[in-house]
Amino acid sequence: MKFVTAILRPHKLDDVREALSEMGVSGITVTEVKGFGRQKGHTELYRGAEYQIDFLPKIKLEIAISASKLDAVIEAIRNVANSGKVGDGKIFVSNLDKVVRIRTGETDQDAL
Amino acid sequence: MKKLLTLLALMPMGVFAEGLDGANTSWILTSTALVLFMTLPGLALFYGGLVRSKNILSILMQCFSIAGIVSVLWLVVGYSIAFSDGNAYFGSLSKFMLSGISEDSLSGDIPESLFALFQMTFAIITPALIIGGFAERMKFSAVLLFSAIWLIVVYAPVTHWVWGGGWLGEMGLLDFAGGIVVHVTAGVAALVAAIVIGPRNGFLSRPMPPHNMTMTITGAAMLWVGWFGFNGGSALAANGDAAMAMLVTHISAAAGAMTWMFYEWVKYGKPTALGAVTGMVAGLGTITPASGFVGPAGGLVIGIVASIVCFNAVILIKQKWKIDDSLDVFPVHGVGGIIGTLMVAVFASNELGIFSGQGLAEGMTIMSQLKVQAIGIIATFVYTGVATYIILKVVGMITGLRVSAEEEQQGLDITSHEEKGYDL
Repeated sequence: MKFVTAILRPHKLDDVREALSEMGVSGITVTEVKGFGRQKGHTELYRGAEYQIDFLPKIKLEIAISASKLDAVIEAIRNVANSGKVGDGKIFVSNLDKVVRIRTGETDQDAL
Repeated sequence: MKKLLTLLALMPMGVFAEGLDGANTSWILTSTALVLFMTLPGLALFYGGLVRSKNILSILMQCFSIAGIVSVLWLVVGYSIAFSDGNAYFGSLSKFMLSGISEDSLSGDIPESLFALFQMTFAIITPALIIGGFAERMKFSAVLLFSAIWLIVVYAPVTHWVWGGGWLGEMGLLDFAGGIVVHVTAGVAALVAAIVIGPRNGFLSRPMPPHNMTMTITGAAMLWVGWFGFNGGSALAANGDAAMAMLVTHISAAAGAMTWMFYEWVKYGKPTALGAVTGMVAGLGTITPASGFVGPAGGLVIGIVASIVCFNAVILIKQKWKIDDSLDVFPVHGVGGIIGTLMVAVFASNELGIFSGQGLAEGMTIMSQLKVQAIGIIATFVYTGVATYIILKVVGMITGLRVSAEEEQQGLDITSHEEKGYDL
């Protein structure tokens, strides 16, 4: 099992969710986050004072999937979230040791 | 205002109810509500959106509390100091607790209770304006004590000088609705307070952007509407003066908003919403002393000049002088009040063709009027500056002025009030 964490542009979220649903991913967790990468921040202007805003709003997506789906999921996210510009985000993949469905107690593949 | 005071002086007050004018009374009743609406919630929201989210409640709370404390003090001595007969500098205490004011008492041809209430709303907004200078770092106890003392020591006497039969009014100073009384006093006090209290931690090194521009624009829009009562009501009658004051007020606000917006657009590349509303406030503050004396074209020029000058004043004071007058009270209100008080001497003249106003007093020329206006500005500037400095030092000894660095970091909402503005 794999745990996929993706950082995305906020307005790409709906497209990514649709793409993932279509390929059978049955659950995702979304968090509004801030951060910076190569895109750096942006400037904001208030009464002539330019502020460098270092942290930009992004979406953090967390998905637990079986290892077999991993490549397809990464492909799907990249397909829709890629604008070709700096700031499209990143995908992190880690191994997932155990999953438990709280209601039934099912574990691992059955709980995904 | 000036004309009415002359009228006032000629009339024995509190004698006959048949002198009451229903039309005038109903307009000033309405204006009173409009002016209170400027502070609550107009200014509170305008300022509230400009601070960081951890301090929103402190701003709302300070505006609200000032409205309460000033109202009580106005009843006790404020009105008496400002508007009862005394000497050229200070009224007497003959109207302590509004004594002698009954439902039959008249001030001109409106009830004196109404006049006192209308003026009370001006007394409320003036110290409320000042809080923008020391926002996000002053102790709540110090804010209350400072506002209370300042009202008695600065606002009430200066009001007496200009509108209560004092020396500036006698001299022929033109201040229709409070360019000097409200905006110069508040602006100078905010500047002095910002200097004495010192900048917010991280000022100019860390970004401190407004946390809710929607709130700020909402509050600013309320200020625009409320200002109709502030300036239109200052005619103290439902007549042509009131209508003209309201018209020029509106023109100046519109011109100010658009001037600031285009100026910023050209200079920085983007037209900002905050720029537009700040220009509007600059236009409104600047037309205030002039509103009952100038014509529509004069109002247009005043609005345009207001934004250009105030814009540069903001940059000068914050970026160049590095004074953390946090919400730009002095550069917008103080500077606006000053240039408006000067420009009225020009645009009140009836010899400027299309730019003419209602005419200067007999024997006055533009130059002689300018001299009177300058004396009014300098005297008010110096008196307010010195008195504010001393009051702050005294308050500092009693309560301390500033919250601890840690409290400032956490935000005043939770540390001063044990509440949060937002629980999302």
